[in-house]
Amino acid sequence: MSRLKASTPKSTSRPMIALANPARFNSISGRLLPWLTALTVIVLTAGLYQAFFVSPADYQQGETVRIMFVHVPAAWLSMFGWTLMSIASLGVLVWRHPLADVAAEAAAPIGAAFTLIALVTGSLWGRPMWGTWWEWDARLTSVLVLFLMYLGVIALRAALDEPSRAAKLVAILTLVGFINIPIIKFSVDWWNTLHQPASVIRMDGPTIHPDILVPLLVCAVGFTLLFVTLHLVVMRTELIRRRLRGLQRRAAEAR
Amino acid sequence: MTRTLLALIRRDFRLAIRSGGGFGLPLVFFLSVVVMTPFAAGPDLPLLARIGPAILWIGALLATLIGLDRLFAADAEDGSLDLLFGTPAPLPLLVLAKCAAHWIVTGLPLAAIAPLLGLMLNLPPEALGAVALTLLLGTPALTLLGAIGAALTVGLRRGGLLLPVLVLPMTVPVLIFGVSATNALILGTEAGPALSMLGALGLASLVLAPLAAAAALRASQS
Repeated sequence: MSRLKASTPKSTSRPMIALANPARFNSISGRLLPWLTALTVIVLTAGLYQAFFVSPADYQQGETVRIMFVHVPAAWLSMFGWTLMSIASLGVLVWRHPLADVAAEAAAPIGAAFTLIALVTGSLWGRPMWGTWWEWDARLTSVLVLFLMYLGVIALRAALDEPSRAAKLVAILTLVGFINIPIIKFSVDWWNTLHQPASVIRMDGPTIHPDILVPLLVCAVGFTLLFVTLHLVVMRTELIRRRLRGLQRRAAEAR
Repeated sequence: MTRTLLALIRRDFRLAIRSGGGFGLPLVFFLSVVVMTPFAAGPDLPLLARIGPAILWIGALLATLIGLDRLFAADAEDGSLDLLFGTPAPLPLLVLAKCAAHWIVTGLPLAAIAPLLGLMLNLPPEALGAVALTLLLGTPALTLLGAIGAALTVGLRRGGLLLPVLVLPMTVPVLIFGVSATNALILGTEAGPALSMLGALGLASLVLAPLAAAAALRASQS
């Protein structure tokens, strides 16, 4: 610990620079984490309660519309995860931020999990609505490709032994894969397919009734908080793992 | 600098045709994929004619991946990659030259043989030229995207296994517009938009892929 503290950078006025020190990140995130966890539980409970007990069933889709309250936030977080990894990758390649690779590595499995949730809930929703478990439409297919890319990034990192090389190569692959994100976002606008077009974020305002929109937004905030909380926890674990690996190597060299 | 690049293309080309196995192997693989399809789908000629362009495109896509893992790995092993780093020509251009040589050995023959295989799949005569044309437009993009994967996995012992997993998701747009352009040409409908998209994807990967591959090469060598 003392070794880490000794290398604290002098200019701590800019928050990103201040957080660049792993020890400082640890202490700040450690203090933040209980509050963030509590907030996540409160917002997520409120959102899911509203979604499942308060909000009315859709006049067309009936009770199955409630899948949306998990499906839509998961789909949005699947793209959020890759965007986060892309920003972190810029941090690795351009600014050589020491925590950027930790952030990128931690986000990959969480993003992959939310992508899988979006695919599975979409499939469960598609069965009663479209009469099929899986439809090869543009939005579904591009999200499936995103899931494959998450697995590719995780596989590439697992195949590389040297951490600094892995950091750069994974960052390059992440940035190349970012091209897929706008394709997913606009796939429902570019191609007329089964998946419904964008209805929350659009130029002329949402097209959803407030009774459903409000719980949906609360759920979206709740799941995003869950993502951020999990991300911080995994980042802290990853930092410990890396320090452990470093200590083991030093111990092996000393022998 | 042009001389350097031309020399590199010539060298890679010679290596490919003289070292045995490299040249022609993608073609044999392409032929195998096409031959296997009637066994799987049944020798139903109308059905084969309908899915023929898709089979040819899938076959070409998979055949492009053959030998791609050696694109930089062979140079990395015998040390010539370090020499390439030392030449005055910028690394992305050198990557582009290597891709050009690789495309001449794999992509070009694939597009050339496609009409013949199309004949075996009972494609109508007007479709044969269409498949060759779209493959001619699309295979450079496939090679260039593959080069990113080859550069990312250059230092790995099992890179050949990881490469398709990394590259195939990136090739989805090329595949979509390649097949839709082919089908439009066959049916005589408006093929312009799909062909333009195919060309745009080719040009975009011509500019961006060498940069990404060069960055990956530098990162894996350091």
